[in-house]
Amino acid sequence: MIIRLFKLLCLCVFSASLFAIEPIVFVDEDEEKRFRELTAELRCLVCQNQNIADSNAGLAIDLKNISLEQIREGKTDAQIKDFLVQRYGDFVLYEPQFKSSTWLLWLGPFGVVLIGGIGIWLTIRKRAGNTESLIPDPDQEQLDKALENGDWE
Amino acid sequence: MRYLIPLIAFIALGALLYSGIGKDPKILPSALLNQPAPDFELPLLRDETKRITKEDLLGQTYALNVWGSWCPACRLEHDFITALAENSGYAVYGLNWKDTRENSLRWLAQFGNPYKENLVDRVGKTAIDFGVYGAPETFIIDAKGIIRFKMVGPVTAINLQQEILPALKAAAEQP
Repeated sequence: MIIRLFKLLCLCVFSASLFAIEPIVFVDEDEEKRFRELTAELRCLVCQNQNIADSNAGLAIDLKNISLEQIREGKTDAQIKDFLVQRYGDFVLYEPQFKSSTWLLWLGPFGVVLIGGIGIWLTIRKRAGNTESLIPDPDQEQLDKALENGDWE
Repeated sequence: MRYLIPLIAFIALGALLYSGIGKDPKILPSALLNQPAPDFELPLLRDETKRITKEDLLGQTYALNVWGSWCPACRLEHDFITALAENSGYAVYGLNWKDTRENSLRWLAQFGNPYKENLVDRVGKTAIDFGVYGAPETFIIDAKGIIRFKMVGPVTAINLQQEILPALKAAAEQP
C-alpha cells in the first residue's frame, strides 16, 4: 500500500515537471517591458489570431527566445522585426510597415470615409437646392376661410 | 439609374468576398521564394559527428522536407515523400525538426527512410531561418541554392503531380 502511494506520488511529481513551462528570467524591468511590448506586436504563425507573447505554441516559444536573445545582443526592435519579416513575411507583424504592397491596407479606410463623405455632401447639397417641399402647400382658399371664421386652432 | 451605383458597389463587394472563399488563411506565401536558402551547418542524423552545410548541397536540384516524429501529417505524406525520392530522380533531404534522436530513428525504422540524408535541427534555429512555421513543409531548392518553391502541409498524390514535380522540373531548368 505504501509502495503504491509512493509510486503515485512519484508519478505526480515527475509528470508535473514534464509539463512545467520555464519562466523567462529578465535582467531588469526595462528588459521585461521591452520584451513584452515587442512580443505583443508579433503574430504567432501557428495560432494566427494570437501574438507570440500570449501563445505557448512551440514556434512561439522559439520566437520569444530569439527575440530575447537579440534584445540582449543589443539589437533594436526594428532590427528584430526585420529579422522576422525576412523569414516570415509581413504577416508576422500586427502593424505592417507602410510600403508598396501595404499602402491600400493603411489608406483604404480613409479612402472609404472620403468617398462616403463626398456622397453625403452631394446628397445634402442636392436636397438643399430642392425647393419643392415634401409637405404639400395648403390651399390658399382654405386658409382664407379659416382666417375669416377665426377657427385657426 | 438611381440604383446603379449601389448595384455596382454591391457587385464589387460580392466579387471581393467571393474571391476569398476557399482560400486557406493558414497557408502563407514564403518570404524566401526566389531568394537564396539560408546558411546552415547541421549534424547528420545517421552520424551526428558529421556536419553538412548549404554549400555541400549546391549543384543539384533537391527537395528539403521538414519533418518530425511528433508530427501526424508527416506520417500522412510519408508514402508520397518516399515515392518522390524513389521515382522522381531528384534527391530528397530531410530536416528533422525539434525531435529526439531516439524517436526520429524509430520513426524511420518503422516507416522507411526515403531521405538521402537527414539534417538534425533540435533547437529549431535553422527552421526559423527557413521561415518554417509548422511541419510538414517542403522546399525545392535549385543547383545555385535558391529556394524556388515551398509547400506548406502534407505532400499528397495530387499536389505531388500538379505542383511538386513541375516545380522540381522548373527548378532544374533554371539557368
